Amino acid sequence: MNIRHLMKRLFGHIDRPLAGLLGLLLLLSIVTVFSASNTSLDKLTDHLINISIALTAMVAISHVPPQRLMQFVLPAYILGVILLVGVAVAGEVVNGARRWLHIGVTRIQPSELMRLAVPMMVAWYLHYRQETLNTRHYATAAVLLLIPVGLILRQPDLGTALMISASGVYVLFLGGLSWRIIAGGIVMAGAALPFAWHFLHDYQRQRVLTLLDPSSDPLGAGYHIIQSTIAVGSGGMAGKGWLNGSQAHLDFLPERTTDFIFAVFSEEFGLLGNLILLLLYGAIIYRGLALAAVAPSLFGRLLAGSIVLTFFTYAFVNMGMVSGILPVVGVPLPLVSYGGTSMLSVLIGFGIVMSAASHKKLVKT
Amino acid sequence: MATSLRMVNPDEELRRYNFRIKVASGIVVAAFSVLFSRFVWLQLVEYDRYHALAENNRISLMPNAPARGIIYDRNGTVLAHNFAAYTLEITPAKAGKLEDTINRLSEIVSIDAGDRKRFKKLMAESKNFETLPIKLRLTEAEVARFAVNSFRFPGVEVKARLFRQYPMGDAFAHVIGYIGRINQRDEDRLQASGQAANYRGSDHIGKAGVEESYETLLHGVTGIAQVETDSGGRAVRVLAQTPPVAGNNVYLHLDAKLQEIATNVFGPYRGALVALDPRNGGVLALVSKPGYDPNLFVDGIDVTNWRALNDSPDKPLVNRALRGIYPPGSTIKPFMALAGLELGYRKPGDVISDPGYYSLPGSSHRYRDWKKDGHGVVDLKKSVVISCDTYYYRLANEMGIEKMSGFLSQLGFGHKTGIDLDGELTGLMPTPEWKQKRFKQQWWAGETVIAGIGQGYTLATPLQLAVATMAVANNGTVYQPQLLRGWRDTMTGRITQNPPKIAAQLKLDPEHLRLVKEAMVDVTRPGGTAAGAGAGAEYLFAGKTGTAQVIGIKQGERYNESKVAARHRDHALFISFAPADDPKIVVAVMVENGGHGGSTAAPIARKVIDYWLLGKIPEALKEDAAAESGENEDVPPPAEQATQALRTTPAARTTR
Repeated sequence: MNIRHLMKRLFGHIDRPLAGLLGLLLLLSIVTVFSASNTSLDKLTDHLINISIALTAMVAISHVPPQRLMQFVLPAYILGVILLVGVAVAGEVVNGARRWLHIGVTRIQPSELMRLAVPMMVAWYLHYRQETLNTRHYATAAVLLLIPVGLILRQPDLGTALMISASGVYVLFLGGLSWRIIAGGIVMAGAALPFAWHFLHDYQRQRVLTLLDPSSDPLGAGYHIIQSTIAVGSGGMAGKGWLNGSQAHLDFLPERTTDFIFAVFSEEFGLLGNLILLLLYGAIIYRGLALAAVAPSLFGRLLAGSIVLTFFTYAFVNMGMVSGILPVVGVPLPLVSYGGTSMLSVLIGFGIVMSAASHKKLVKT
Repeated sequence: MATSLRMVNPDEELRRYNFRIKVASGIVVAAFSVLFSRFVWLQLVEYDRYHALAENNRISLMPNAPARGIIYDRNGTVLAHNFAAYTLEITPAKAGKLEDTINRLSEIVSIDAGDRKRFKKLMAESKNFETLPIKLRLTEAEVARFAVNSFRFPGVEVKARLFRQYPMGDAFAHVIGYIGRINQRDEDRLQASGQAANYRGSDHIGKAGVEESYETLLHGVTGIAQVETDSGGRAVRVLAQTPPVAGNNVYLHLDAKLQEIATNVFGPYRGALVALDPRNGGVLALVSKPGYDPNLFVDGIDVTNWRALNDSPDKPLVNRALRGIYPPGSTIKPFMALAGLELGYRKPGDVISDPGYYSLPGSSHRYRDWKKDGHGVVDLKKSVVISCDTYYYRLANEMGIEKMSGFLSQLGFGHKTGIDLDGELTGLMPTPEWKQKRFKQQWWAGETVIAGIGQGYTLATPLQLAVATMAVANNGTVYQPQLLRGWRDTMTGRITQNPPKIAAQLKLDPEHLRLVKEAMVDVTRPGGTAAGAGAGAEYLFAGKTGTAQVIGIKQGERYNESKVAARHRDHALFISFAPADDPKIVVAVMVENGGHGGSTAAPIARKVIDYWLLGKIPEALKEDAAAESGENEDVPPPAEQATQALRTTPAARTTR
């Protein structure tokens, strides 16, 4: 077997344009994490290892045909819901939220599993009813979405619940949910806002209020916003240059390798850097959606589309939060923030997108 | 695969999907445009401003600690307040060679070994950029001397700070408690409860007593100044400021005078006294003797004082009113009598013949009465008045431990009373299951017999005795004992009342209650065990004496038998309420090694009640009061509005 053959065996399902764009973004991430960690080689090494693992997982999952994936959807979903119920009943409370479940020696956070399991479940359900799709089916799909979201909300973990809801709603949207219902949903959501306010936890309300007036809580959540806004704003047109961000390096920025890494990037690379980053994200999203559109099965199309749009949502929410136009929620900047779990789940997602687009032939029975 | 009768229209479906993808792309473009506009706004339009902020490094957030609320008794007597004083403070990070600085400082102001020690301890606990007091409460002369020399001492400054003071000293230590410096454990707890931000700038936190229970009411809201600083960390100008909100002033049910009298009439004994208002559960007095001076703890207690308090065999740090657990002895008899009536084991007219002892059927072992030859014919009322043991040995045996335990625990035995102070112990109302679990042994009938006179395993705190007495005085309504009467918002002036909380509403036969109460009134009359203490009472004085034959106090913690063994006299107990026909006060007294309840404990209760109902001040105290006036000259006046100390802490940060 010659080398060319081997490469084809290994990377045959990898979409080159998308992989190239992802690579560029990861390069930016490596550069930024190095700076944000005050040039810590340990952190850099960890980051590189995380990226390698996640890329390997992406290549591996790109070989799995969507039909094969579909066999695991229902068990994964049911397992996830059971684990979430387990969390509600016997979860471990960390920082006031019940999110973790002890299983033998290790502990897991079942809501992480649901990030992919939920959109897959909704796509799977719509796929099998594609010939007869009617409002009742969408309603059932919505219930499949709401069960885990409700359980995650109870933990409470508003950020994750919103993100998972978004991924499920994207499936419904791409799956042809009628415009009238969408419009109705938007109106209802708007009307429900005052009530939702009532159900928010004090600290969550505080975050929203803080956004409206950061100086109202300058030691708490307002501190993050004030400092990260200063970092972004002081970056100016061309930035202060790599490793030269004073906000970042003088310890003013909180969580600067993870959720607030964009502030570091923005301070050091300025408006031009931000523009490049936005264009890079835009290109990845564009290419991802293009791949989703050519996926042969409805399941593949819906899932791939949802994955790409969820990726967009993470990026938007994170940058919006750091630049002070959205409340502070714990959302990483996808493929840029330091952190193995996020890296892994995003790249597995793109592996699925590539798989959905590249497995053209349906298995004949 | 699913088969369908309906025709699929893949083209239509695909067209729809592609349209939706286009819509989604539109949303992406729109969202990113919003972000880009925001970046343009921050990085181009507002660049100068943010550039300046970042360059000047930047904004310092200076917390401004609020003044702590004042604690008053029911009449407005101050029990804890603040006064302003000058302190000499060092910022270690800016002060250069510390040792040298302190040595040179000591030439100007007096700094003794204790100050140095305390400072070292603070250093170890703090971060370098905090300013730490090296010398507290400077005199005017010292302030002036330092002012002249201040240029020689970079990183050293004089600050005005508020100090907490407890003007009433020892007598209130166990109730009011004290504040102390925030340590790592406090910090962790504040972090976990999300209050850490509000404590930036605060050095102290309630550590015991009311100061601890009502920390959130008393603390207030930390103010914050956003200060622009130069590269040296000096404040250039204040950009924005939120003033601190002072803590609420707290009013207690406690009556300072009553507490003082109670402490005083206790004499040299160790023990506890609890006085409750049966109409709402308000704690009128809560004495634990000996006390200690809470002022010692405020700025860190020194080792000598701490050793003296902690190692003393008298255990002055233990709040005996809620942590001292004693056998209730004969004070349990009125409750047993009520149990006998309520559970149908006795009718009011039933009599027994008391030969001076009781034996279990089929056993020759004699459980002796305190009166060797017995009391003769005894009915229920007489059994309480003369405190007949035989009557209760028999009643207990007939009732059985489980019924007894069930009834008495309704009155609060074996349960926390829920008082608004930390650390209350539950006492013990034994059951066979408890004994099985605790000792892996079965319950013996003889243990039931002695439980009938409040001996054996049964243990109660003085507070529990007071609550059980309140149940009888109140005809079955039990209020949760509360110290807090209300609080006053110092900003708005709004007063909030702390409503009484009903802990239990027992259904008791009024006839039975009347009988038990009558018996308790007769206890203080000629022929009763507290006749001496009751002599000449101008109100219906209901009580019950008790003498407990166990040595020392069991704290559940350190119990040093070798030391306690020397003090083997009985504990004296007395429970009471008055006026019996319209109770306004309930008093429980526990005098360690006091001998007999009637002679030692009851007179104490009498004097407390005399003051409460009639305003009588005991003779001994009248002289004291005259001698004491003018002694407190060196106590600085309360200063609620005193200058706030500004503390420089570089921009603090939180994690989500």
